Amino acid sequence: MLPNILTTDNVIVAENLTKKFGTFTAVDHITFEVKRGEIFGFLGANGAGKTTAMRMLSGLSIPTSGKGFVAGYDISKQSELVKQNIGYMSQKFSLYDNLKVWENIELFGGIYGMKRSDIKTKTDSLMHSLNFEQERNKLVKDLPLGFKQKLAFSVSIFHNPQVVFLDEPTGGVDPITRRQFWELIYEATSRGITAFVTTHYMDEAEYCDRVSIMVDGKIEALDSPKNLKQQFNAINMDQVFQQLARKATRLEL
Amino acid sequence: MKQLLSFIRKEFYHIFRDKTTMMILLGIPVIQMVLFGFALTTEVKNTQIVAYAPAFDEASERIIARLDNSTYFDVVQRTTNRNDIEKAFRNGQAKLVVVFEEDFGENLIHENKAHIQLIADATDPNAATTFNFYATNIINDYQRDLLGATKNPYIIKPEVKMLYNPQMIGAYNFVPGVLGMIILLICAMMTSIAIVREKEKGTMEILLVSPMKPIYSILSKIAPYFILSCINFASIMLLSVFVLKVPISGSFTTLVLISLLYIFVSLALGLLISTVAKTQLSAMFVSAIGLMMPVMLLSGMIFPIESMPIWLQAISHIIPTRWYIEAVKSIMIQGLGFMAVWKETAILAVMAIVLVTVSIKKFKTRLD
Repeated sequence: MLPNILTTDNVIVAENLTKKFGTFTAVDHITFEVKRGEIFGFLGANGAGKTTAMRMLSGLSIPTSGKGFVAGYDISKQSELVKQNIGYMSQKFSLYDNLKVWENIELFGGIYGMKRSDIKTKTDSLMHSLNFEQERNKLVKDLPLGFKQKLAFSVSIFHNPQVVFLDEPTGGVDPITRRQFWELIYEATSRGITAFVTTHYMDEAEYCDRVSIMVDGKIEALDSPKNLKQQFNAINMDQVFQQLARKATRLEL
Repeated sequence: MKQLLSFIRKEFYHIFRDKTTMMILLGIPVIQMVLFGFALTTEVKNTQIVAYAPAFDEASERIIARLDNSTYFDVVQRTTNRNDIEKAFRNGQAKLVVVFEEDFGENLIHENKAHIQLIADATDPNAATTFNFYATNIINDYQRDLLGATKNPYIIKPEVKMLYNPQMIGAYNFVPGVLGMIILLICAMMTSIAIVREKEKGTMEILLVSPMKPIYSILSKIAPYFILSCINFASIMLLSVFVLKVPISGSFTTLVLISLLYIFVSLALGLLISTVAKTQLSAMFVSAIGLMMPVMLLSGMIFPIESMPIWLQAISHIIPTRWYIEAVKSIMIQGLGFMAVWKETAILAVMAIVLVTVSIKKFKTRLD
């Protein structure tokens, strides 16, 4: 199906990926792989280089050096193909407020080149599974924040991407909605979609299959939450994070 | 193509859902035309004047009657009390006072020489000059009629002809100006705000990571404003022809073509602003201060370019509206064809190319 699928089932591969802005090295030779269907937590304090790394992987920013492959495509040379195979949801709310729920879905389906009939049937089943049938014709700005966030996530995976990048997706949402949101992520990964998540909530880090922690542009730790806790002799991810983040010398950006 | 269409549709939803903004965008041109056409006119019409004479006689009465009968003036008071002159100015009763000397009629008949003094309120110097000009003309007319009765072989009678606008109607001047300003306002300001809004709300990021080509998102952003501008162009034209009676004497096709070119230039300017501005507020600020002010002041819309100091004239060369207004005047009022406006067209075309190139380049670098 894919012209360039990697034999190993790694959907994201980064090899010494580096981004410099002038003399400042935002991302410093990071190397990691993410497997298909995995939930990969990408942690780090503000200014650690998370966003820059994510922007490179999603084809928004060209690496200064190093290599990266997403969904089998080279992020430096095939960014258009990368873009077709990923979904993206940003920390800022990313749907159009003055469009109705179904119009937002139709718009993004259209942007990703989906057929109109496909968009229709898929919208129907999505509205049903989210229990959104009542809200279908509402303007997005009239929805509660939790609804919006669930909808934004559903839209970001509507075109069935191989990878979805979630940039602090649960900011400002109450714990119950956050839990529901994570159930949506589990559901998506069970269908083979890989989730690449940044978050500030350490309880959410526990939900990930594997977690990397970035400090000053470098990946300082990468393993499953369980192994990390053992390695750092901590009772929860928060303690792991605190031990690593303390080493940071960089000021907040 | 499907991407582009679904995106253009979305832009239309945005605009049509925002009823207030849409009403403003479609209403502004109408309001401005009506304001400039009927309220904010520079034409002299029914200006209130006061006549003073120590004693009125036949000759002074005739002149007063002529002034009163003209469309320019209304004689609201005739007085023999000298103090009333100052009072009339003080309480705003008069913009002009006509003062006849003592024994005005006597002097005129017996000595062939009489004096009239025109006192004008020169707080608005342009208006004062105009009042004096009209009043002097009316008095000269009277004098000429008197001369016709007697014999005087030496009369130089300059015949003044006001070309293209014989009745000196102000609308001839402001219709092109309003057109130039409205198009710039809608295209440049609204387009830049619309693009910057996406940046501010974070939706731009989503568009950038989508496979949508940047050129598509630019095109779909400008499409609705392009159409709005065309509607405004049509409504201004209809108002000017049917309500203000300003004819389109020249080629309508040329007028439409150069307007499309100008709309294009304005949209490109809007794009450029959007690449510089980070928030909607700053986009508005840049458009208002950096664009609207120079356009209003330096395009020749309000102040004639010829009377500006050289350095301001030089600056006015880079203002697209200046060239557009000149071209529209040539076509609409002077009734000239394309050959008369090729220079303006060429300048606007160069501006369009430069602006589009620069803004698309800037738009792209922002992605990296």
